[in-house]
Amino acid sequence: MINLFRVVLVCALFTCSVAVGALYAADKWPGVDEAVVNRIAREHGREDRPPLIPTAEGDLQLFMFLMAGTVGGFIAGYYWRVLLEGKKKRTDEGSTR
Amino acid sequence: MKFRRIILMSAVLPVLLLPSNSCAMHISEGILPFSWALFWFCASAPFLALGLRNLARRSEADLASKPLVGMVAAVVFVISCMPVPVPMAGTCSHPCGTGLAAVLLGPALGVVAAAVALLIQALFLSHGGLSTWGANLFSMGVMGSFAGYAVFRGLRLAGLGVVAAAFAAGLVADWATYAGTALIMAAGISGTSPFWPLAGKIALAFVPTQLPLGIVEGAITAGMVSLLRKKRPDLLVRTVLTGIGREQR
Repeated sequence: MINLFRVVLVCALFTCSVAVGALYAADKWPGVDEAVVNRIAREHGREDRPPLIPTAEGDLQLFMFLMAGTVGGFIAGYYWRVLLEGKKKRTDEGSTR
Repeated sequence: MKFRRIILMSAVLPVLLLPSNSCAMHISEGILPFSWALFWFCASAPFLALGLRNLARRSEADLASKPLVGMVAAVVFVISCMPVPVPMAGTCSHPCGTGLAAVLLGPALGVVAAAVALLIQALFLSHGGLSTWGANLFSMGVMGSFAGYAVFRGLRLAGLGVVAAAFAAGLVADWATYAGTALIMAAGISGTSPFWPLAGKIALAFVPTQLPLGIVEGAITAGMVSLLRKKRPDLLVRTVLTGIGREQR
């Protein structure tokens, strides 16, 4: 019962943090490209252009970042497993000899 | 105690890892004039060619290192896609991962990892730009990797431990990347304005965000190197642990 309560508490806290962050992130947390690079470039008469493939519109960017993180994380995890299995194989081969 | 840590992490991690619009550091599309964009393409090309040659040679000589290269490239991509809010600055930026790549694979392969990450980001994530790809590659790939590697080797030669040297490498790689971005930006947009004051102004504007983020990057680098040294020290013999006696490893 206590474990269930802890799980619910952690999930609730996590969700609240995400929700609060999501409410304020876009306005309050500009990237340094916007806060520094683009701002100073504008002061010197240079404007950024829209990207070749416009994926920064609406929630599409969130989706793209999520996909990038998922695929990148999967590849990193896959190779990490290959690395550890390589070690295991070598150890097994050593022990059979 | 463990539960308290989980509670703390569940509250802090989402805020730290939350993606939001344009939390980037790369020079955006169209910021640099064509001549400067071309110049940085040409400046980065030899380093990229060297990295690709190293990759081909390494793949032929040592098949076992292939997963390590793949993993590090993926980690560089993920790390450099991860916007981290810096509360004291009120802005977001991301670590680069090139210090880690330089320490684990060598600086030339760090350039290759950065090139792949930057190209995918420019094409599909509206992060950086295709015309500024050469400039971003020079700051993140070349300056980040080589500065990180030089610091790592220097500190190892001075007798510092692997993990401490890796921390310094990650930290310096991050700061060198942003110093590079400041110089590249100043060169490209200064026009008739004096170069050094503008470069200093851009570098100073990066400081509140990148000072703490450099420390985060140092910790990531040190953690990864420490983990790999524990799990697969044999993979690091030719890079991280090269030229160092077993008793010092």
